[in-house]
Amino acid sequence: MILGLAVGLAVVSLLAAGRGQVPISPAEVAGSVLHRLGIDLGPLPAAMQGENALWLVRFPRVVLALIVGAALGCAGALMQGVFGNPLAEPGVVGVSSGAAVGAAAAIVSGITVAGIWTTAAAAFAGGVLTTLIVYAMSRAQGRTEVVTLVLTGVAVNATAGALLGLLMFMTDDDGVRAIAFWQLGSLAQATWGAVAVAGPCAVTGLTVAVVLARRVDLLALGERPARHLGVDTERLRIVAIVTTALLTASAVAFTGIISFVGLVVPHLIRMVAGPGHRVLIPASALGGALVVVTGDLIARTAIDYQELPLGVLTAVVGGPAFFWLLRRTRARAGGWG
Amino acid sequence: MRAVGTHVDLGGTTVVDGVDLHVDAGEVVALVGPNGAGKSTLLAALAGDVPAGGRIEIDGREVRAWKPVELARRRAVLPQRAMVSFPFTVGEVIAMGRAPWTGRPESAEDEDAVAEAMRLTETTGFAGRTFPALSGGEQARVALARVLAQRTPVLLLDEPTAALDLRHQELVLRAVRERAGNSTRVVVVLHDLGLAAAYADRTYLLAAGRVRAEGTPREVFTADLLSDVYQHEVEVFEHPRTGAPMVVPRR
Repeated sequence: MILGLAVGLAVVSLLAAGRGQVPISPAEVAGSVLHRLGIDLGPLPAAMQGENALWLVRFPRVVLALIVGAALGCAGALMQGVFGNPLAEPGVVGVSSGAAVGAAAAIVSGITVAGIWTTAAAAFAGGVLTTLIVYAMSRAQGRTEVVTLVLTGVAVNATAGALLGLLMFMTDDDGVRAIAFWQLGSLAQATWGAVAVAGPCAVTGLTVAVVLARRVDLLALGERPARHLGVDTERLRIVAIVTTALLTASAVAFTGIISFVGLVVPHLIRMVAGPGHRVLIPASALGGALVVVTGDLIARTAIDYQELPLGVLTAVVGGPAFFWLLRRTRARAGGWG
Repeated sequence: MRAVGTHVDLGGTTVVDGVDLHVDAGEVVALVGPNGAGKSTLLAALAGDVPAGGRIEIDGREVRAWKPVELARRRAVLPQRAMVSFPFTVGEVIAMGRAPWTGRPESAEDEDAVAEAMRLTETTGFAGRTFPALSGGEQARVALARVLAQRTPVLLLDEPTAALDLRHQELVLRAVRERAGNSTRVVVVLHDLGLAAAYADRTYLLAAGRVRAEGTPREVFTADLLSDVYQHEVEVFEHPRTGAPMVVPRR
């Protein structure tokens, strides 16, 4: 499963890097990468500007898509495990919007204390804060009810939307454009700088998530039984929340809100490979990366000389999937339990 | 395992009030009493789930002073109702009972412990099915199997027979009895006084958070005492063959 996803991801990444205004074949893409790594194998891009198009525009974009997708898929799987609820997802429960408010506040206020890291740090702060709010509001006896979780998400998204609106109102035209871009979600502004910031955050989050996987399995039994089995549930909860926020922030910081990836991907993986988090978490990361790279490829090539916002595309697919999941969960719980 | 002067307040009301309790190795101790007597809360206090006044010791140390994983190697707890959030298979759920032993020499027993727990609870047949798809009674047996697989010297069971039919009630308590034979200490909350009389070495009769009587079922289950505690006339007979006390409400 994991191997299959990894291979699929490699193939799609090569394809994605090749498509665009200057077409480059997957073999040439692979050749170019290998040459840079010091291995003289395969053809170099034949087209004019091919090499530049690859290394200045396409690769940062594809790599950022990988990072964002992996972070979102993993954050979704981890969050669902900790909430004990298959509907928890950074976009649905409002953590993404919270992170976006943090990032937008940083953009608008023009604070640059930490250089390029400022936006990411602000997104992280917003993400942690929102996750804590959602967590505190929606849990009862170690479990979250579907209704409470979704309603909390509605409230958080509404509040975050209002704050974003307020920030837009207070800022100039550039700020408005920047914030509007956040809400739609797009990889168009990918640079190596963005990769350098989002990458380490995402890798840290993924590593922690994989380490937590076994203990998250036990949380499925409920909070007390997990503690009876030796899990320090208080600490696990805090570490998991911070990790989810870190992953969400690394995804949101440079691309805005790309929703539903964390909802749909873990669900599909669970249907194929079962709910065990030791497979679910890494597979969701790979699956998420695959979905975002593919989605971004479609978003920038579906219409000539125009680019669909990626967040809109994922929402078009993810929204109906969310409906379906809601109905299923409701049918199984025999009501809105 | 012993408790001295256990006192629990929940939401401003005293639920458990000055309970002294001890369990010896190889002993099955039943907590009985009417609804709201504080049986489950006392069990939760013994498990270290709720802060309690007085002193509760497990393996010679205050229960809430243990680290969670150290405590998990000493006592296993069966909750009143078992739930699993995701469609884990029965085999996976029971294997979760082995989690406290990960990375320890005892983890060599993992497979053996899971297989034995499945055999004792007769759950081997549905190891591959998912937990949420089982009936209530099957879920209850799987939950017990998970607890038995943990192989701890202390077992705390909250109504292990509530959802079970007659045959499986006997099966489950026989399994618990057998485990006590290997010097395990068992505290079990039971509603069925007949089962308590048949399987417990000693019982604590609780009412309004206090111990009303303590001793063997034969000593504790008297018509006067039970009628008073349950506020319903009951009659107690001796079983003609086994001599065990039988409790029948007067109708």
